[in-house]
Amino acid sequence: MEILDNLALGFSIAASPYTLMLAVIGCFLGTIIGALPGLGPSNGVAILIPITFTLGLDATSALVLMTSVYYGAMYGGRISSILLNIPGDEPALMTTLDGYPMAKAGRAGDALVLSGVASFVGAFLATIGLMLLAPMLARVAYVFGPAEYFALYLLAFCTLGGMASNNQAKAALASCLGLGIAMIGVDNTSGLPRLTGGNLHLYDGIDFLVAIVGLFAVAEVFFFIESHGKGSAVGVKLEKVTVPWKDIWDTRWTMLRSSGVGFIAGILPGAGASLGSFMAYMTEKSIAGEKGGFGTGVPKGIAAPEAGNNASAGGALIPMLTLGVPGSGTTAVLLALLMTLNITPGPTLFTERPEVVWGLIASLLIANFVLLAMNVPMVKVFVRVLQVPPAILLPGVTMISFVGIYSLSGSYFDLLLMIGFGVLGYVLRKLDIPTVPVILGILLGGNMEDALRRAMVLSDGEASYLFSSPIAIGLWVAAITGFVAPMFMRKLLKKPQRVTD
Amino acid sequence: MASDRIFGLVMALLALAYIASAVQIQTSFLSDPVGPKAFPILIGVVAAISSIFMVLRPDEDPEWPAMKTLGALAVSVLVLVAYAYALKPLGFLLPTALAAGVLSYQISPRPKAAVLSGAGLSAGLFVIFKYALGLGLVALPAALAG
Repeated sequence: MEILDNLALGFSIAASPYTLMLAVIGCFLGTIIGALPGLGPSNGVAILIPITFTLGLDATSALVLMTSVYYGAMYGGRISSILLNIPGDEPALMTTLDGYPMAKAGRAGDALVLSGVASFVGAFLATIGLMLLAPMLARVAYVFGPAEYFALYLLAFCTLGGMASNNQAKAALASCLGLGIAMIGVDNTSGLPRLTGGNLHLYDGIDFLVAIVGLFAVAEVFFFIESHGKGSAVGVKLEKVTVPWKDIWDTRWTMLRSSGVGFIAGILPGAGASLGSFMAYMTEKSIAGEKGGFGTGVPKGIAAPEAGNNASAGGALIPMLTLGVPGSGTTAVLLALLMTLNITPGPTLFTERPEVVWGLIASLLIANFVLLAMNVPMVKVFVRVLQVPPAILLPGVTMISFVGIYSLSGSYFDLLLMIGFGVLGYVLRKLDIPTVPVILGILLGGNMEDALRRAMVLSDGEASYLFSSPIAIGLWVAAITGFVAPMFMRKLLKKPQRVTD
Repeated sequence: MASDRIFGLVMALLALAYIASAVQIQTSFLSDPVGPKAFPILIGVVAAISSIFMVLRPDEDPEWPAMKTLGALAVSVLVLVAYAYALKPLGFLLPTALAAGVLSYQISPRPKAAVLSGAGLSAGLFVIFKYALGLGLVALPAALAG
């Protein structure tokens, strides 16, 4: 039983009091970050990376802390969806559809507990799935050469652009923007500077953390300035919190099915948690049919998206850990974390650094139980947090971003770049151009070019080498389908809008 | 319509400039078959094609904020730029209180609350960063600290 041995190794690392403490802190911070409207898993994790890095935590501890924040934010997103009708993060949008009507009907406590349990089921099953599937995929990934990796990176950009955006040209432009930025700096192979415009600050390239914090966190501040902090916040009072055992038992199959759907959606590159919760909700809605009353505040309508959302958060870790290709914005941020810690994700991670992988998996299992404990009896604490006005929260976020980036390099130039990325992020989101491909491009650009160049060295410049193996051909076909097919399925996949009062 | 066309045009021009500077990348004689130029040029070409698509088939215009809000955004960007320059010579406390206060005022225009949240954030974050997390922050300008 190799898995049990590995798991024992993982728990021997994760179960130390210090690591446990980090997991608890991470879960707590994460739930708060998820619950606050305007802060979600991606920008929450993003602003914390530079600070974690400056604290000088070792790789495993940093990873445990940040993945607890990630899982916690996934749990927390539901709180403001249900109570305020504002999704705390994008994947929690589907939870507003039934969560808010249920809260309005006076059952806010029930909705919160039920969604907490559904989150737990989804995240727990997905972590088990990750444990079983990731080592298998890591073995497959061993046969990947540079040609396959090039095709794989292409697949990530194509499906991300194809599925997660409304306009193919805009998604492609966003990917190119990121890739183009990644090219700036000294070329690894020839050692000569490229595209720096002679600016000495740019010789080291643009730090991906600067770009991520700018595009995700600073841009968000501009959006709040635009709306003057007024969302469509319609609050609902939370009375007594009891455990609705009957609802939990009635929705057991819904939770299991949605976990499966969400997990698969999470593994697909480019799909991520938003698609996971969407698919889970739609599947359950069609199973329940007209009589199911989806959209009026039924328990199944809350359990489905939350189980799906959290299951896909776990599933999305699989391609990120085994192949180094993130499936969503948040996993892109986690990849940035790994790269900051000098951990190269990929098949070799499982053989060379088993303590990192299994320590991470064990701490995810622990984090899940911590989160269940925090989110069911202690949910009232997090509800308090929602009352922090944006006029305090957002300036705080900005200042934390500045200090984080500043402590990385101590240079005002990085801060200016970060503001620039913030403005860029604002304009891009206004024009409905996705920002996640930009991040992915900056993160993967260097690797993608290396893969291409190594492939061409191996084949002595023969371009057909890129399509020489069945795996490579399969990836190319999948990439092209992933980019083209959504153009014809746009009408089918139209996302439902939020309920408005 | 117009927004997408303008942005597409700007990006197309940028892509052309990018290609032009990629063509001039120095190559060393030790280079591999692909070299340092090919991939950036490829990116530039794809970017140019997608920008032209945006010009030809634009989406509907987003709702741009009114002039007053745009002004508030411009002020915030300027404040942040000033903050970036001030952080090193003036220490953490004063610039942070000012910048956080101005941002707070831009989000919700209540002067008293803004002053309070600026001062509170500055002091609170300083304590957290300096003493709880142990980051090496400088509190006040060197001249004042003596």
